[in-house]
Amino acid sequence: MAQVSLHKVVKRFEDTEAVRGIDLEIADKEFVVLVGPSGCGKSTTLRMIAGLEDVTDGEIVVDGVLMNDVPPKDRDMAMVFQNYALYPHMTVYENMSFGLRLKRYPKDEIARRVQEAARILDITELLDRKPRQLSGGQRQRVAMGRAIVRNPKVFLFDEPLSNLDAKLRVQMRTEIKRVHQKVRTTTVYVTHDQVEAMTLADRVVVMNRGQIEQIGTPNELYHAPATRFVAGFIGSPSMNFLPCRLEAVGEGLQVRLSDQIAFPVPPERVARYRPHVGRGGILFGLRPEHITEARPNGGRHVAEFDAFLEVTEPMGNETMVFFSVAGKEVCARVSPNAGAREGSPLRMGAHLDHMHLIDEASGRVL
Amino acid sequence: MTAASAAHTVPATPRKYGSMSRDRRWALCLSYFFLVVFAIFFLTPPVYMFITSIKTSQEISAAVNPWWVYNPSLANYVELLSSPVFLTFFRNSAIVSVSVVVITMLISVPAAFALSRMKFWGSATLATGVFLTYLIPETLLFIPLFKMFATFRDWTGIELINRWWALLLLYPTLTVPFCTWIMIGYFASIPKELDEAALMDGANYRQILTRIFIPVALPGLIAATIFAFTVSWAQFLYPLAFTTSADQLVLPVGIVTTLIKGDVFNWGQIMTGALLGAAPPLIIYAFLMDYYIAGLTAGATKG
Amino acid sequence: MVDAALERPAAAGAVRKPSALRRRLQRKSTIAFLMTLPLILLIAALVIYPALYSLHLATLNKSMERFVGLSNFAFLFKRQTFWMVVKQSCIFAITAVIFKALIGFVVAHFVHNIPTKGQRKWRGMLLVPWVIPPAMSTLAWLWLFDPSYSAFNWLLAKFGVEAIPWTAEAGWARFSVILVNVWIGSPFFMIMYLAALKSVPEQLYEAAAIDGANWWQRIWYVTLPMMRNIIAITALFSLIVTFANFDIVRILTAGGPIDQTHVFATWAFWIGIQGGDIPLGAAVSLFMVPILSIAAIFILRDINRRGNEA
Repeated sequence: MAQVSLHKVVKRFEDTEAVRGIDLEIADKEFVVLVGPSGCGKSTTLRMIAGLEDVTDGEIVVDGVLMNDVPPKDRDMAMVFQNYALYPHMTVYENMSFGLRLKRYPKDEIARRVQEAARILDITELLDRKPRQLSGGQRQRVAMGRAIVRNPKVFLFDEPLSNLDAKLRVQMRTEIKRVHQKVRTTTVYVTHDQVEAMTLADRVVVMNRGQIEQIGTPNELYHAPATRFVAGFIGSPSMNFLPCRLEAVGEGLQVRLSDQIAFPVPPERVARYRPHVGRGGILFGLRPEHITEARPNGGRHVAEFDAFLEVTEPMGNETMVFFSVAGKEVCARVSPNAGAREGSPLRMGAHLDHMHLIDEASGRVL
Repeated sequence: MTAASAAHTVPATPRKYGSMSRDRRWALCLSYFFLVVFAIFFLTPPVYMFITSIKTSQEISAAVNPWWVYNPSLANYVELLSSPVFLTFFRNSAIVSVSVVVITMLISVPAAFALSRMKFWGSATLATGVFLTYLIPETLLFIPLFKMFATFRDWTGIELINRWWALLLLYPTLTVPFCTWIMIGYFASIPKELDEAALMDGANYRQILTRIFIPVALPGLIAATIFAFTVSWAQFLYPLAFTTSADQLVLPVGIVTTLIKGDVFNWGQIMTGALLGAAPPLIIYAFLMDYYIAGLTAGATKG
Repeated sequence: MVDAALERPAAAGAVRKPSALRRRLQRKSTIAFLMTLPLILLIAALVIYPALYSLHLATLNKSMERFVGLSNFAFLFKRQTFWMVVKQSCIFAITAVIFKALIGFVVAHFVHNIPTKGQRKWRGMLLVPWVIPPAMSTLAWLWLFDPSYSAFNWLLAKFGVEAIPWTAEAGWARFSVILVNVWIGSPFFMIMYLAALKSVPEQLYEAAAIDGANWWQRIWYVTLPMMRNIIAITALFSLIVTFANFDIVRILTAGGPIDQTHVFATWAFWIGIQGGDIPLGAAVSLFMVPILSIAAIFILRDINRRGNEA
């Protein structure tokens, strides 16, 4: 049972402001992921929640109790570190039970909890080993086990998978999700990997330059990004951004990307975009997966255009193609059967239901 | 086995490789030759100590080959080890060295922990200062310290000169700075996440030090302990200046001042005493060589 | 702890926050300060204070009742023995350090050359002089140098060489003192250089070999530049220790014959402790400070530079 609230939290190091006023409400049992590029303040935020960094300004409240001055040992939180931080001189069992032994739990209670956690994580046969005898994935499990046995109010993860190779990372990701479903503890998870964020989170907090760009479920972030940063950060490959101009065409609007290419705006968005007609400094955003080869009866609001393919990257299940619009490179995903060939033209379709318009100056999505 | 037999069946290698390996073998022989020469140079005095120690006085003063023992005898050992004076030296040395090790560790381990992990005002300067004190030799301090001890007696009536336990005040000035310095180095090499993990697990600073840092930095601790012990055991200037009567002397000074007295040097006993005096450090070295060498190189390579 | 925090409403906590934070910071640095306090007291009382006190002592007369300014120093400057000691100390330290460094370097190379599995054994054997307490091993040398029973002279006599007055004649006594110092000190250099040699990546030698460098060029262009730092720092360390050496000279020659082998430390001991003129002894030992501090400054600069690189 734990709700975590951050009110206007600020962290200043000597000359830099790492976190610049963050407001965040984390519900009980929720899995929240802080994601952003390195140096965005996500780890600092996590460490402030943990109590490893002092809060310069603002408040951190857990279950209605102000935590700013509570030392880490009294916060009842457990943390999994990027490099696991297992105690090298202790066995796995001793590592996992260290926190309980410090709190003078009875021996059989400790044994019960460690066995239980070891069973959940499938590391029962490793309990007598030292950390140096374990593989990266096993160490990761032990680090999680150390957190689970404490049965804390909050789990904190600081980039726990970034030291693992790609295959193991995917495996451990599902493992973390499985464990959370089982123990249902409020979790704050920090990563720079947006795939990890999307797959794990109930809600994702996208951070940039010490501030929160957007908070939302993975689907909200993907379909309705609030800012250009979020639009570009979420999704891989990232969204195409092209300078454009809104033009009125009778009752409707159209987005002009170049002299040759202009897309009609879907009617339900006309009212929203009308104030920006004729204005400069607007970007048109569309994800690669929403630009495909033109298909017969391709569906609603698909605008077709011709593209001259410069590079193609066959991936097996699909082919990434690159072409230029008004001097800007654009990426699109087409079917492997679409006949895409480097140095030849292809008829493309843009799925405009998924388009975004962004104010270049403020970075806000319109 | 298979690799070796395979090597035999490989046809003769082309000549240019052969010449290269011949060069290498020649270099190897040269290396061994010079190592033997240097080993003779380095080991002659201790070996000669041993040769002399098992000779009788008659044989030592006889005009025979000094490098050979004609009538080996343990008389010198028996005589020294049953002499109360010598045993007093030994006891004094042992008590002083072991106590200095304990005092040194009690002072330098907490200090190194604080200096490497708990940044506070002036901690960086203090760490540098500790290193500088290590560079101040005892030969610069023994005269003012001698006068200070005399003044202390005049003020308080507590006699510090010619008391073996006063060495417990003096030796830590030689051991603490270096031990603190290398422990700072060892502690600094422990990743920061480890203490953070312990903090999250609910440990306080004392528990982090005793349950995490000391066990993890145990090799460094052993190296520092060996250093403190050998320095205390070998120290010569301070006991020579500060202690005079036979019951207060430690081993090195005891051997030099009591056995060398008189016109006739009893070399058999002197060498026996010197060998016994060298034995504790040599035994420690024999069993804990790697830690000994780690401590030796740590001063310049850590920090 | 948690209970105490629970009693406090969040709003009140917000008001009290700055002072609580400061209190916690203070607590942490107070603990840290208390942990270093024994160290600080030890250094202040038994290192810093005596060092400054010796400055004061050096300005008193022999019975330590009267301030005499710099006349102790003036007195020293007029004595021939003093200048002899200055010269002797410098020659002793510089020659000994150079030979220690050379022998240490050469031996380290030979040890590094042989197969790895044998290195431990040789290294262990060659470090023995450093492990034996210097006072004890110097006694062995004293016996080897004995005027009537010298085992070296016996060997020389076998080859028809005349007996050498190892400690009886000034020139030979100086040589003997340096020899013993080199014997004790070069294993330390060997160990340091061996550690440095091990840290030079093998690829560099392979690259140099491919570039056609012979063994001498490999040492000159690869080994020495890579080891420069360790060589410098070891030599400076050793310079301090050698310059301030007491044990060897004291036991081997006790300064003799006729004060010709005294160094600062033994002469200061002779005057200050045995002669009872503490102020003059303090003045003598103070003359070590300039050379020691120059070496210390270089070491510190070196260590700081390394710290910045890391």
